[in-house]
Amino acid sequence: MQGKAPTRMKTTFSTMCTNEDYEEHEVNFMRKINFAQAINETLCQLIDKNNHVFLIGQGVTSPWYVGSTTVGLIQRFGSKRVIDTPTSENAVTGVALGAALARMHPILCFPRMDFMYYAMDQIANHIANWHYMFGGQLNTPVTLWAIINRGGEQAAQHSQAIQAIFTHIPGLKVVAPSTPYDAKGLLVTCVEEDNPVVYIDDRWLYQYEGEVPEELYSVPIGKGVVRHKGEDVTVVATSYMVHEAIKAAEQLEKEKIKTEVVDLRSLKPLDENLLLTSVKKTGRLVIADGGWKTCGITAEISARIAENDIFKSIKAPIIRVSLPDTPAPASSSLEKVYYPNAKKIMLAVKRVLEM
Amino acid sequence: MVQAIWARGKDSTLKMKQPLSSSISPELLLKMYVTMVKIRKFEERVADLVISKEIVTPTHLYIGEEAVATGVCSTLKKQDYVFSTHRSHGHYLAKGGDLKALMAELYCKKTGCSRGKGGSMHVASPEMGLPGSSAIVGGTIPIAVGAALAFSMQNSDAISAAFFGDGAAHEGVFYESLNFASLKKLPVIFVCENNLYCTHLSVVDTLADTNIYKKAEAFAMPGVRIDGNDISEVYETAKRAVENARQSRGPTLIEAMTYRWRGHVGPYDDLDKGLRSKEELDCWMQRCPVRKLEKHLLKQGATSQLEINQIHKTISEEIEKAVEFARESPYPDENDLLHDVHK
Repeated sequence: MQGKAPTRMKTTFSTMCTNEDYEEHEVNFMRKINFAQAINETLCQLIDKNNHVFLIGQGVTSPWYVGSTTVGLIQRFGSKRVIDTPTSENAVTGVALGAALARMHPILCFPRMDFMYYAMDQIANHIANWHYMFGGQLNTPVTLWAIINRGGEQAAQHSQAIQAIFTHIPGLKVVAPSTPYDAKGLLVTCVEEDNPVVYIDDRWLYQYEGEVPEELYSVPIGKGVVRHKGEDVTVVATSYMVHEAIKAAEQLEKEKIKTEVVDLRSLKPLDENLLLTSVKKTGRLVIADGGWKTCGITAEISARIAENDIFKSIKAPIIRVSLPDTPAPASSSLEKVYYPNAKKIMLAVKRVLEM
Repeated sequence: MVQAIWARGKDSTLKMKQPLSSSISPELLLKMYVTMVKIRKFEERVADLVISKEIVTPTHLYIGEEAVATGVCSTLKKQDYVFSTHRSHGHYLAKGGDLKALMAELYCKKTGCSRGKGGSMHVASPEMGLPGSSAIVGGTIPIAVGAALAFSMQNSDAISAAFFGDGAAHEGVFYESLNFASLKKLPVIFVCENNLYCTHLSVVDTLADTNIYKKAEAFAMPGVRIDGNDISEVYETAKRAVENARQSRGPTLIEAMTYRWRGHVGPYDDLDKGLRSKEELDCWMQRCPVRKLEKHLLKQGATSQLEINQIHKTISEEIEKAVEFARESPYPDENDLLHDVHK
């Protein structure tokens, strides 16, 4: 299921930061690396540069458990700063919080989002509430590195994309990079934050290549970016679905349909300005997210439009492209239908144009 | 029933010493006495204020358990972290937290130790080494382990202590935390305040094996059961555990047998609800940790009745000042509602 980044991504990197980047810029960087390499490099640089940063979680010393994202780290930094753990998700998450309260910044790895359910008490009751509960006196800078690893007939407990659950919880910020550039920049920002941030990382992105500066830089939380310009329909996408949306936009272009692809990059806080600006322009909206439909990210984005004045000028109903409200199946014949893709986005775009 | 055996002091694993004997210096004992009286009088005053409905936030009173927090915290330095529970007031005061700010928090005022956003179950005194308390049973146990991990990474000689009740021994996170702390030889001590009840249920109705201290053995760490109403035994045991932790010899589980005089929550003793017997409560009240230490101090000539009266008077005045402070303090402003979600 992994593929190369669309050509357009490489040449017009309408990427970085701030709303000014609503306009595309030609950016030429020195080198290209893939998404997994970007994470690996960033982890290495962050741990190297900051004494208070360390990596903890299941599989972080494994050559395969988290793809190639942690390769070489244990050899370089040793077991004191790259801590592979027992499968005690809840306790280890509490450990990360305790370390954060003692002036450290743990990057806590969950090799699959499914396993985070075990840690929900420490994430939702403790980490997310701690700052508010004590009147803002105590900070809990923990980066919760949440990996989506689906496909391959892994079925219902190894395939989940539960980003929406975290966006529901006050106190947590949630980011979801889709490019190697943002994978690096947003991870840096997570570590610069004095807040807990859930960093959503979809392994279907790992082979995508893109230009990434060698030095550390940050991408602001709460700022989306337009990946493909168009006037007819807006497709708001998250994480891996951004690439499917771009593929769809490129196909649709051949049929003279001009699709604007908005990559949210942050799921909470949402870049409402960017979203509204694009929808105001096109008057039509398709939302593509790799999570479930009901009360999911797509539902929240729909509500933001519905609550806003621009709702009056919308030309067609909103269409959501997401997972059906069904657990992940094992059989690849069912997986093919289960996971949303460029084709489903294309059909959705055509439907909103007909409405 | 097991708790009845404990109540009569006949359990062979629980040697309730009576009277107290101690090699601790009279000065330190007197200092700990002051702390215990402060906790006792504070909690009694809070009980009155809950009855008169001045305090609304759910309060879990520490009356009867004062020796545990006091004995353990007396072995700690300011730099050491203590993590507390829903029954938080004793730990807060024993670690040196400001009494006025605690009272104001119980009134949920802006001047409270958590700015009126935590209430009784969420108190913190970061400057004194209490970075929070949780109302989720067992919730702070792994957090204490994490602080210990940080201290070891920082090559600091600070340690951390997790207080929790017998109910935490029902939680998976307790066992996960013991395992991780022992595996990594972290500078943490686990202090189980076994007051024989988890909310309304007795330990015998909830634990297949009520010897909580023995759980330590499964994680290759020392576990010890002590008389939690004996300040000397608490102090000496905690001191050894803290020393081990500081010298990187790993964690210890201390099970301090004690008893809460009031119900799980609120000011009443719950006898009318049939949750426990009057005989049992009377028996534990006769083993009052504060009276026991007071008798010892008088007998040893470490203090006089006159000085004790003065201590009580001074503390009562301090508490009244705190009540006055809390009453006069402003509530959080409406604008504060949305603040402090993030840094």
